[in-house]
Amino acid sequence: MSDGSMEVPVSEPAARPSAGVQPAGAGPRQEATGRAAGAARDTDVVMRTEDVTVTYDGIPALRDITIDIHRNRITAFIGASGCGKSTLLRCFNRMNDLIPTAEVRGSVLYHGEDLYQPGVDPVEVRRHIGMVFQKPNPFPKSIYDNVAFGPKVLHMKVDMDEVVERSLRQAALWDEAKDRLKDNALGLSGGQQQRLCIARALATSPDVLLMDEPCSALDPIATGRIEDLMVALREQYTIVIVTHNMQQATRVSDMTAFITVELDEHDNRTGTIIEYEETGRLFSQPADPRTEEYVTGRIG
Amino acid sequence: MASLFACALVSLLVTVGIVLALAGPTIEFFREVSPLDFFSAQEWAPTFSPASFGVLSIVVGTLNVTFWAILIALPMGLCAAIYLSEYASRRTRKVVKPVLEVLEGIPTVAYGFFALTFITPLIRDNWPGFLGDAPGIFSAGAAGLVLGIMIIPTVASISEDAMTAVPSGLREGAYALGATRRVVATRVVVPAALSGIIASFVLGISRAIGETMVVLIAAGNTPNLTFSPVQSIQTMTAFIATTATGDIGVGTITYKTIFAVGALLFVFTLGMNLISSWLVRRFREVYE
Repeated sequence: MSDGSMEVPVSEPAARPSAGVQPAGAGPRQEATGRAAGAARDTDVVMRTEDVTVTYDGIPALRDITIDIHRNRITAFIGASGCGKSTLLRCFNRMNDLIPTAEVRGSVLYHGEDLYQPGVDPVEVRRHIGMVFQKPNPFPKSIYDNVAFGPKVLHMKVDMDEVVERSLRQAALWDEAKDRLKDNALGLSGGQQQRLCIARALATSPDVLLMDEPCSALDPIATGRIEDLMVALREQYTIVIVTHNMQQATRVSDMTAFITVELDEHDNRTGTIIEYEETGRLFSQPADPRTEEYVTGRIG
Repeated sequence: MASLFACALVSLLVTVGIVLALAGPTIEFFREVSPLDFFSAQEWAPTFSPASFGVLSIVVGTLNVTFWAILIALPMGLCAAIYLSEYASRRTRKVVKPVLEVLEGIPTVAYGFFALTFITPLIRDNWPGFLGDAPGIFSAGAAGLVLGIMIIPTVASISEDAMTAVPSGLREGAYALGATRRVVATRVVVPAALSGIIASFVLGISRAIGETMVVLIAAGNTPNLTFSPVQSIQTMTAFIATTATGDIGVGTITYKTIFAVGALLFVFTLGMNLISSWLVRRFREVYE
């Protein structure tokens, strides 16, 4: 493993507000507060894609995507099924590497460093950019071992009990799980499993959290809890969420990108960003008729 | 419905039938030979006079060969399965998996001659002197080695099926946490597939214990109470195969001996199955 091949400012966990979920900030969203460490870098853009095109077996699925992801905001990708929202999300932590036929062109910058340049270790990337999946996927191990998995495989020198407690508290699961840490994680309910997966992702102290339709397998009550959690986590993390649920995007996100499928000159159906705006604005005053059609058609 | 039930019943009846067929002559055998003699005498010479019924010689012969076979087959089979399921490209897997399955179908007698005419000379010609005497033409080690090679495909194929069945969501979850391919394979996929992997081990070991042809041809067929890989030995199955030739009289002590050894083999594989089901219950990680 080539460690240190990528220069990324990693904030010390100590620089973060300590354990426990902070109440959702009522302050103006534009003020990205919360973290000082590493923020000395010029801008509040944590990630940026530049002309990213993703192909499967040579056929483009996403074309010319350029988008900025801002620090301590929740950015939502909305769009119809199959438009490439998840494919785009998976560019941010190089999960597309796992699909042999997928190829990513363009650059994905993380604090100015291109994650796709030669010599960048995807393992190192994923250490800083965590991910939560559509279907809760806890390992068939104990609750404790699930949370400890990331720090363990990354050989992080940490007090594991402390990390497990902090992560479970941040994921609002500590009170329900503290007396059954040794129990198998699959004994938890679906909503609890998803919060465990969030805790598991937080345990490696990532900078960015990617969430791929994290509530689509959950009931409304569990969904509400995850949404509250996201809003609370925004204080400390930068979150990108894919959702097919527009109400969810309006409830939790600060910025929204609308992605849709267009026919390109070769008659390939490729996804592209139509509009990227502050969430309130995108839903109330969409600039593009296609956006308007999508957001009104579904909500109305 | 009824005919399906009948089909299921057949296998149950066959099992009961085998146990009953073994039980009768075995009980009669132990009326003539005391179990103490059977399990403690040093020499196995049931067809000589005076006869000696120290079954330990051929039990140890079986364990000897099985040990070397397991030593080869389990690690190599598991590694091959991990490679195929977690590392190999789709194209490699498409070629290798059918080849493995073809290897499973090669007649064991062919493996026997492979051991005798290829492996044994190869070992004898390249034997490093510091290990002591070279193995003879017939040796437990050469038979065990080839037996091991023979059961690699069984272990690899079944283990690979079990690993491929592990949901890809678990792999993605681990990769997303910064796990390397090796960590995903060893800490996520193998534990989740453990019950299938153990099943493949048990099947492999049972095949090694029950295998007859390879040991008959390559291990020498001479009873010898030793764990040495360089010496000639006889296994329980080889004894049964050489002795049950049709010209022994029903009801003779030799006839009953065959059944007693067969019953012992049956106990061995039954024990294997019990241990494995305990192992599976104890260690497997159930994903949903």
